[in-house]
Amino acid sequence: MRAPDYPIVSVRNLSKHYPLRSWWGGKASVFRAVEDVSFDIRAGETLGLVGESGSGKSTIGRAVTMLNPPTAGTVAFEGTDLAKLSPRAMRGMRARIQTVFQDPYAALNPRMSVGDYVSEAFKLHRPEMGRAERRAAVAGLFERVGLEPRFAGRFPHQFSGGQRQRICIARAIALKPSFIVADEPIAALDVSIQAQVVNLLQDLQAELGLSYLFISHDLRMVRYLCHRVAVLWRGRIVELAESDALYDDPRHPYTQRLLGAVPVPDPAAERARLAAEQARPASPIAEGGDLVEVAPGHWVVTRS
Amino acid sequence: MSDMPRLETPLLEVRDLAVAFDTDGGAVHAVNGVSYALREGETLGIVGESGSGKSVHVLAMLGLIPRPPGRITGGQVLFRGRDLLTLPEKALRKVRGGEIGFVFQDPMSSLNPGMTVAAQIVEPLRIHLGLDARAARRRARELLDLVRIPNAAGRLDQYPHEFSGGQRQRVMIAIGIACRPKLLIADEATTALDVTVQAEIVALVQELKREIGMAIIWITHDLGVVAGISDTVQVMYAGRILERGPVDDIFADPRSAYTLGLLRSLPDLTRGRAGRGRLRQIEGAPPDMRAPPPGDPFAPRNAYATPRCRTEAPPLVQAAGAAPGHLVAAWYDLPAILAREAEEAR
Repeated sequence: MRAPDYPIVSVRNLSKHYPLRSWWGGKASVFRAVEDVSFDIRAGETLGLVGESGSGKSTIGRAVTMLNPPTAGTVAFEGTDLAKLSPRAMRGMRARIQTVFQDPYAALNPRMSVGDYVSEAFKLHRPEMGRAERRAAVAGLFERVGLEPRFAGRFPHQFSGGQRQRICIARAIALKPSFIVADEPIAALDVSIQAQVVNLLQDLQAELGLSYLFISHDLRMVRYLCHRVAVLWRGRIVELAESDALYDDPRHPYTQRLLGAVPVPDPAAERARLAAEQARPASPIAEGGDLVEVAPGHWVVTRS
Repeated sequence: MSDMPRLETPLLEVRDLAVAFDTDGGAVHAVNGVSYALREGETLGIVGESGSGKSVHVLAMLGLIPRPPGRITGGQVLFRGRDLLTLPEKALRKVRGGEIGFVFQDPMSSLNPGMTVAAQIVEPLRIHLGLDARAARRRARELLDLVRIPNAAGRLDQYPHEFSGGQRQRVMIAIGIACRPKLLIADEATTALDVTVQAEIVALVQELKREIGMAIIWITHDLGVVAGISDTVQVMYAGRILERGPVDDIFADPRSAYTLGLLRSLPDLTRGRAGRGRLRQIEGAPPDMRAPPPGDPFAPRNAYATPRCRTEAPPLVQAAGAAPGHLVAAWYDLPAILAREAEEAR
């Protein structure tokens, strides 16, 4: 299925800086966690965001949802600049933009039944809904994410990690959002459960026309799930392309190093990869340069 | 990589190890009769997920599970002929960190944040090798060089928080190999690290292995890492070994439905998006070890399970027609089932 061509999310020149002050109160400087990042996400599209820890992946996720607004730059959602919204309008917008995090146990309230947790979304955003209506909606959501509705009265500790992530996904889709930031949603799950959750995310996208920003360090899953992929390095996008183009023809040295480091689940191939890697010392990667479109839709930071 | 099996006393022999934890809800049987042997210089990759017993069994081996609530309910762990489970704590402490080095997942919690890196590397050198302060410090610097921490001499007196995550894991490895162990146990040692740093650590351990000639037990959930470094692979689930054998055979000819499911659920890094279907997922969830299913623990999630799988636990035995030493615990015949499926698909 091809994603339609209009952007649902438009990020332009987004930067996030944190002031650094030495403990004796010396000269203030800034840590540039994210610097001048721009991308679009189209309706029904999944954009993957990859890069080492500390490269700014999660910072971008939180800036895009205004959970931690950017220092500079704009985030437009369906054409509206989120920074210009009144707090009231932003609350309404929150229903349309949701986040799924890495650790579902931390997201859940241990003292609240999981049914109440999902239902809370309706209480906050759909006050007109009655109790029975909410209950029916929660049951429908449970079914949709592959949980038995009769489990709604149970508490988080009574579920496995994969089930808890399904509960978080149920709440994320409760208000019929059009965009979900999924920040390492499978990283804390058992390997045998990861494919279940990725399949669920993909089914929901097909059904509800969702767009995803999929933040992950699982480069295999990113290729499988994402239409396009942005590679972050030191707070900047160094390469952005259709995922097949990026994986088959990586242009930036950091992308090449990243993809070259993924272990292959095939003994002969993996031994050969390790041997080749040992024979070739990693060369330093130069900073700086501008994003240049080297092929249609394939952007790479290039030094002029 | 593939050494011929030699007739010699194994370096490590685990016999019918069983570990339980007492909880309010009754005993949790975390390890249920695990037996295997490790040769000198062999790398054993252990694959498993939460509740598989992969970590608990090595902690039990090293005397590192809290007792209570933990209990070793049976078995022996023979390391160079001595049963570690019956060694007095003082003698065990000499083995641990000496002849057996270990590296765990989270270096920040394994390293003491209040001690300099030098102090932490020097400690095992003085205890196990009896080096004096000056010699131990010199050796500590060599070790940091060996694990490729730049400017090792200048960093000895720094604290763990002054190192990056990858560097802290290198320091842990330096401590793990400080006494030139016969066996290094790494439990999810690269899981928290970036893939590029993981690659460096894996390469480093391979190099150290060649240099020191140590055996390695590498515990992970990452089948890719296991493929590259292991001589032997062991797949654990619900406190049991479901499959074990030479690495190439495990990947080319898996005999446990669980191993097959894990291999099939991984998307292919080199495969394009065109024509790709849904991922082949394993249904269900790992068992709740407070109430494990009777019989084959994987049976409730296994589409190929037979009625016998649900009542009787299969023993770990040589797989029919597989490479020697390729063992499986299964009542069903996976190659026959797959052949039938292929036949029907045609």
